[in-house]
Amino acid sequence: MSTPRVLRQSLQRLAQHARCYSKTTTTTTTTAPLRTQPQRLLTAWSTTTQLSASASSARRSLSTSSALQHGHVDPPKPGEELYVTFIDKDNQTHRLAVSEGDNLLDIAQSHDLEMEGACGGSCACSTCHVIVQDQDMYDRMPEPDDDENDMLDLAFGLTETSRLGCQVHMTKELDGLVVKLPSMTRNLQASDFKS
Amino acid sequence: MAFVARVKPGALGLRGRWPSQVHAPRRMYSQHPAHHATPEHPLRVAVIGSGPAGFYTTYKLMAKIQGTKVDMYESLPVPFGLVRFGVAPDHPEVKNCQEKFEEVASSPDFNFIGNVSVGTKPDHPDGLTVPLASLFRHYNAIIFAYGAAQDRKLGIPGEDQLKGVYSAREFVGWYNGLPQHANINPDLTQGEEAVVIGQGNVALDVARMLLEDVDVLRKTDIAAHALETLSQSRVKRVHVVGRRGPMQAAFTIKEVRELMKLSNVSFHPVDTSLLPPDLKSLPRAPRRLMEMLAKGTTATSQSPSETSKSWSLDFCLTPKAFSPSSSSPASAQLASTTFKRTTLSPSPFDPNAYALPTAETLTLPSSIAFRSIGYKSTPLPEFSDINVSFDERRGIISNDGYGRVQHEERTRGAEMSHGSFPGLYCAGWVKTGPTGVIASTMENAFATADAIIEDWVSRTPFLNVDRKVHGWEGVKSEVLRSGDEKRVVDWQGWRRIDEAERERGRETGRSREKFTRTEEMLNVLG
Repeated sequence: MSTPRVLRQSLQRLAQHARCYSKTTTTTTTTAPLRTQPQRLLTAWSTTTQLSASASSARRSLSTSSALQHGHVDPPKPGEELYVTFIDKDNQTHRLAVSEGDNLLDIAQSHDLEMEGACGGSCACSTCHVIVQDQDMYDRMPEPDDDENDMLDLAFGLTETSRLGCQVHMTKELDGLVVKLPSMTRNLQASDFKS
Repeated sequence: MAFVARVKPGALGLRGRWPSQVHAPRRMYSQHPAHHATPEHPLRVAVIGSGPAGFYTTYKLMAKIQGTKVDMYESLPVPFGLVRFGVAPDHPEVKNCQEKFEEVASSPDFNFIGNVSVGTKPDHPDGLTVPLASLFRHYNAIIFAYGAAQDRKLGIPGEDQLKGVYSAREFVGWYNGLPQHANINPDLTQGEEAVVIGQGNVALDVARMLLEDVDVLRKTDIAAHALETLSQSRVKRVHVVGRRGPMQAAFTIKEVRELMKLSNVSFHPVDTSLLPPDLKSLPRAPRRLMEMLAKGTTATSQSPSETSKSWSLDFCLTPKAFSPSSSSPASAQLASTTFKRTTLSPSPFDPNAYALPTAETLTLPSSIAFRSIGYKSTPLPEFSDINVSFDERRGIISNDGYGRVQHEERTRGAEMSHGSFPGLYCAGWVKTGPTGVIASTMENAFATADAIIEDWVSRTPFLNVDRKVHGWEGVKSEVLRSGDEKRVVDWQGWRRIDEAERERGRETGRSREKFTRTEEMLNVLG
């Protein structure tokens, strides 16, 4: 049997982690053990998820994370790193070194943060909604266009500084950006969906 | 746990058909064995339906409870539900969520069981049907994510008799190649005026399909028969009619903007008395929508006199009757639609205002009409056997808002009591009602998955936790006859159908040319 796609992607991503990510998060984990156990990775999908779980974070007690994530960004060149901090749904912060030009959706997905991009970053849904934490930073970004605003109108927990992650590209002006991923699923009721 | 799913007194012959725990729940559920999914005893879940709700619930569940094994039942040979058969062909970017679903499906813990419906009715001629009772015996949890396959009717004269009155749901299925509606062949050549009744996004999709340049659609995966019919369409004027006003309409701004932007199509101005005078004071989303309606297509300087096609949003009209031309017999061709005008109470600017019909009527000439007033789900035939409660009014499975299915039980005092049904969950439109975009379906499916995870972790009763279950293998050995199995379409089978459709598309310069009959799909598999 050929290597399943998920496994292949996972391996690629792990290799990427191992190659270079300067991932300075509060839940930092080392990537070295992953590199040393490639044989185990190939044995079973469940093994893969276990390992990639430890690669992303150890905070979820029963979780395994997302061997199912995708998103690809190139690691920043030394000396050219820009920093962006994500505050996830559990209020954990993740400070990441990224390259100029990367968009927030790709960055989040390649670091296994829980951000969906249902439409693949084509500005046709609102699943990559982020809330910019600092008004000044928000003002430095090019204004959202009509298409992005149309999608934001449908986003849960919309704020004055909401953006779609797929439309925010990192620039030098945005170095040090902090964004929050909105959390909303827990108290969602059927009645919220009545027309 | 007060779970007592007694079988209805009149339902004979059920003993033996339903698994033991339905008859003897106390024995079953009084034990609380450790809920650890181990490689020997993984959490086994049946998901009924392969649309976005089923896939997103599966995705979350498999990511969070390690080793979860999911069997996804789909009555068609092909997956993705409304992503394939509902999303408009000119919205390919919305279908990108399929990439995520394909990743989910590539896990060895995932099993697609296509061409197999769950129920009792033999209404699935090219496929197989397995009873829900069998699923009860072979899984720890069952997730109903089978969507909303019916639509609401208007209940007015002429609706069922006249040629030219269509269901928008069937029309959408038809242009998207849904086998069930491949043969409706709407006649778009009887006249120039069309009426769409309802003002949700499905209504706007229908309007756009009728107005859009066919050459734009030619590049999409729209069904070939639809291209042919649309290219012969004489429709030039589309009325999208609603009972209430712009402040109460269900459509979203993206879909309105798209219609406004169509080239060579203009928009008749809305009745501005229905727009709040002070738009600036509105919340963001309605403000932007009202501003766009007020502006109309002036931005592109297209006026109805300058374009060959046009459309309008006709507010405050409730349908009264469909009529043939006066000389025709009752079963003839639709010629006009009559509405009663309504007033909005307490105020046209109140988002929750309701419509009160007046005595004043309006008749719109219409050679074709679509009813687009909402979809609804139907209960599985076996729900009544096990007292799964179905909310007929809202057309959803009764649930606690998170997705835990409720059962109803008539206690000795003849009062109805409700409680959660161990191991049964619902997601998507069968849970929420037929509304919302992919993002809301996703969040909602995640909420169902979270409920399952929470129950699993807190050792809430599930099905069959006292023994090892085998999922599809168990169901198969119980209900399939020899030779049946080759009619089951697995993920590999779908990939072959997928590739065959893409290949057909390449031949005609399109992204895909769908098969529109299940027989054609199955022929790919030999």
